[in-house]
Amino acid sequence: MDSALIPKGVKRCPMWQFLLGLGIVGAVLAWGVYAMLLCWFKGLNQTNMNDYYGFALWIWADLAVIAVGGGAFFSGLLKYIIGKDELKNIINYAVLIGFICYSSALLILAIDVGQPLRSWFIFWHANVHSMLTEVAFCLSCYFSVLTIEYIPLILENRQIDKVPFFHNLGHNMHETMAVFAATGAFLSFFHQGSLGGVAGVLFGRPFSFREGLLIWPWTFFLFTWSAAAYGPCFTLLITWITEKVTRKKLVKDNVVELLAKISGWMIFTYTIAKICDTTRWANITAPGLGQTLADFYTGTAFYGYWILFAEVVLGGLVPAIILISAPLRKNPVWRVTAIILAVLGVSLNRWVMVLQVMAAPVMTFDQWILYYPSWQEVATTILPVAYGIILIMISYRYLPIFPQEAELNPIDDEPEVEAVADAPADLEPAKA
Amino acid sequence: MKHEQKHNPPMKYGMAIDLDKCTGCGACMVACMSENNVPFKKDESNKLDSITWIRVYKLTNGKSFPDTEICYLPRPCQHCEGHGGHSPCVSVCPATATDYSQETGIVSQIYTRCFGCRYCMAACPYHARYFNWWDPVWPDGMEKSLSPNVSPRMRGVVEKCSFCFHRYQQAKNKAYLDGERRVPEEAYQTACTQACPAGAIVFGDLNNPTHKVHQIVKPDPHNGNKSKNPRAFRLLERLGTNTKVYYLSSREWVRRAGDNYLEHEKTGQVSKPHH
Repeated sequence: MDSALIPKGVKRCPMWQFLLGLGIVGAVLAWGVYAMLLCWFKGLNQTNMNDYYGFALWIWADLAVIAVGGGAFFSGLLKYIIGKDELKNIINYAVLIGFICYSSALLILAIDVGQPLRSWFIFWHANVHSMLTEVAFCLSCYFSVLTIEYIPLILENRQIDKVPFFHNLGHNMHETMAVFAATGAFLSFFHQGSLGGVAGVLFGRPFSFREGLLIWPWTFFLFTWSAAAYGPCFTLLITWITEKVTRKKLVKDNVVELLAKISGWMIFTYTIAKICDTTRWANITAPGLGQTLADFYTGTAFYGYWILFAEVVLGGLVPAIILISAPLRKNPVWRVTAIILAVLGVSLNRWVMVLQVMAAPVMTFDQWILYYPSWQEVATTILPVAYGIILIMISYRYLPIFPQEAELNPIDDEPEVEAVADAPADLEPAKA
Repeated sequence: MKHEQKHNPPMKYGMAIDLDKCTGCGACMVACMSENNVPFKKDESNKLDSITWIRVYKLTNGKSFPDTEICYLPRPCQHCEGHGGHSPCVSVCPATATDYSQETGIVSQIYTRCFGCRYCMAACPYHARYFNWWDPVWPDGMEKSLSPNVSPRMRGVVEKCSFCFHRYQQAKNKAYLDGERRVPEEAYQTACTQACPAGAIVFGDLNNPTHKVHQIVKPDPHNGNKSKNPRAFRLLERLGTNTKVYYLSSREWVRRAGDNYLEHEKTGQVSKPHH
């Protein structure tokens, strides 16, 4: 039914199967939308957040998707600026995943604030001392950049591409994409870092407070570093899941292994920096403020030392070593295990920097407070996941996301369609 | 003008709370709620999301009977000065909805500018900021007796103790009409100060040597400690929040409860903050 829209040389599932899938995920999306409307119309009393947990599940989800969405800016940097040309075969998907992550982050923020209609105050009454202001500006700008990077993909749809204006527009946007990749890397450096700064500048919270370099606490640099390190792992994880769902090989092993190797080294160096940071914080910063490491990791059964171990060792050193080691990296089981551990590790780091910061009592007569999310919070956190799956489904079906797919999955009975070669030779679409 | 400023340094309104006098009666909390139109919830059983601008904590020395000692610690907003007015909450608010007044030293909150991101709450180690999780409600008929001088806050914004700032405005207006350039001490007092039956709360200008609060917490040249009253301490002083609420206690364990001290440290040995 929609064969004229499907990219040339690839095969897609029947329409009924596609619609069934959309329907199932759409039901989850509708559940999330209902919870979102409850929060908007009835207020944040629909959540289990309280005055001790003003930042909770949503802000964790927000920071986590931004961290794992870092694959877009870092892959773009590697491909367009550093010149790792092999990554052209995964960059489209990295951009799509980044677009989903950043649009999800903005959606979550729109639900999370108490007065969503006043959100523009952050730009109008901007406080230049606030890390959140820097986050808001860079996040909005970078989302615009990701949109610009995603548009050429849409323009490559077979039918849209037939329109000369869109064909030329897409071609020219591809030609200038390095500029946007560089802009995105610059913006991402600041907003990823500012998210680290959000926690690091809290000098009233010894658990998160860090000393600084220039005007930034060094959590600023750790967050940027970790997003660049772990983001590609998420791109690889989603690619692997897509391959499993579609039962097709979509990206060649050399591309996956290159990105995995770079990610492995980045995670390794980041983890070393994280260990140095933790050591200094535990031995100098926290004692200077009257607290010890034990104060932050004991006192409640949940926030124990296991978190520190899981974050640094299981989510840091272990995946780094697997991805650095060539034999382990080339083994799909080990590689996938490593990227799952890595994604969990960076998500745990963001959890710690958001929730444990507030859970750890600072006043001596205060207590550890535990928190569990309400169903409305869970539904609205799953909402972006459903939205992302739907966007991936539609993009995968109708857009040439994976340039190597046709080569890796040759088809014999290609339907008769108008050839793209009908277009003038000088307007051949770019193959980014 | 410069001459006037030289003789009239900026005011720094602050509070001294004598914990040896406080009986934990809660009159300060009631007075504060009444004065500032602090709303109730329909169900007040969950205290984690209720609003009390001043909250009375119950502290114990941790010893079993008969050595048990109790201390009640009222905690209003500490009105941190931080470094150059960069108190924990003021420096993080992305929309400049909270501000440090260089004129009075009071940390204010602009409710109509706050969009409820709650970053200030994350930054405040004293839990002195409260989010309006619910629409404000009052018992039937009570809405008629709300104070016209304090705006009720809407759902979705953060609020906190303002040292009854509206009283300062009124006192300042009266003083200016009377040709004064300084608000008399008795003309500006917070509701909790007035309501305290034990006289445990003293309020005034910390920079003004004629004010009682200054005399209580500041220098006592006769006891050898010229920096401050030896009974005085501030909550979490070593964080560098530079608060303007002082507590007084003659009991070591109470002073110790005011800040995080490592085992070998003694109260009063506040190290320099690392920022």
